[in-house]
Amino acid sequence: MTLSAEQLQRYARQLKLPEVGDAGQNQLAMSSVLLIGTGGLGSAAALYLAAAGVGRLGLTDADSVDLSNLQRQILHFTPDLHKPKTQSAREKINSLNPDVRVETYQERLDAGNLPGLLTQYDFIIDATDNFITKFLISDECVRAGKPFSHAGVTGWEGQTFTYLPDGRCGCYRCLFAAPPPPEKIPDQAAAGILGAVAGTLGTLQATEALKYLLGLDGLLTNRLLVYQARRLKWREIRFQPAPDCPVCREKMLKKS
Amino acid sequence: MTITVNGEPRQAVLGRTLQDLLNELDVDQETVVVERNREILNHPRFADTPLQEGDVLEIVRFIGGG
Repeated sequence: MTLSAEQLQRYARQLKLPEVGDAGQNQLAMSSVLLIGTGGLGSAAALYLAAAGVGRLGLTDADSVDLSNLQRQILHFTPDLHKPKTQSAREKINSLNPDVRVETYQERLDAGNLPGLLTQYDFIIDATDNFITKFLISDECVRAGKPFSHAGVTGWEGQTFTYLPDGRCGCYRCLFAAPPPPEKIPDQAAAGILGAVAGTLGTLQATEALKYLLGLDGLLTNRLLVYQARRLKWREIRFQPAPDCPVCREKMLKKS
Repeated sequence: MTITVNGEPRQAVLGRTLQDLLNELDVDQETVVVERNREILNHPRFADTPLQEGDVLEIVRFIGGG
């Protein structure tokens, strides 16, 4: 596929990168990413993926835009109040880059509908706001053999890592085993969050997705990156596939 | 003895466990995992993990917001 004159101009700055070029740009145009959640993480990730020219973006979110979202969820603007977030997100992405095909799913995800959705996309971004769904996404991506980027944010802090289905990468359950007791972790409404912190993590997730889609190495696998914005510190926690992770073990047994 | 916690050196008493350390730091055990010398430990193991000279520990909180 030859890039149009308009596309050559639109993507000029990234076409300059040896890792992208015409071939990489075409690769992005033929690729797809599923964003689960269009909140603080998903807003930043979706905008950068759309701007970069990823051909197809799936967006799932069951919520509507609330005034308290706008401090961090930069896909949604004041005139979007009460609109379904997927619709608001679609409008912004279409307006940013008409090259991108947007598919929306205004529904809650569970073990019933998630596996079918995963098969339709090349890379998955977990931009959800709760542990139950984060474990569900990790488990189902491992089972389906899908790469994904995990991230979580609260207060001034965020964490992220990337999973590749190559049999050598640890998943969310390899690291954290099981969700914490819900009463022990304050939700975002109680704990607070700086919008820019969510944006930083969402931007890292988009970067990882783009690297994967371009076939690059150096992904954030087997490393949990922890970002502490208040004192601006980055830490890296190394981990491995856990021998006692039930989901990875089940996957291994199926393979052999 | 000296151990390292989240990149910072810290004095610890021989015979104490990871659980003792978390109590000292006022960290709820059920809200963290600990990387100890490159191995990930979950909370059921904290009580029977003695601290040792030179331990490098990273305490990682559960963070679930989006």
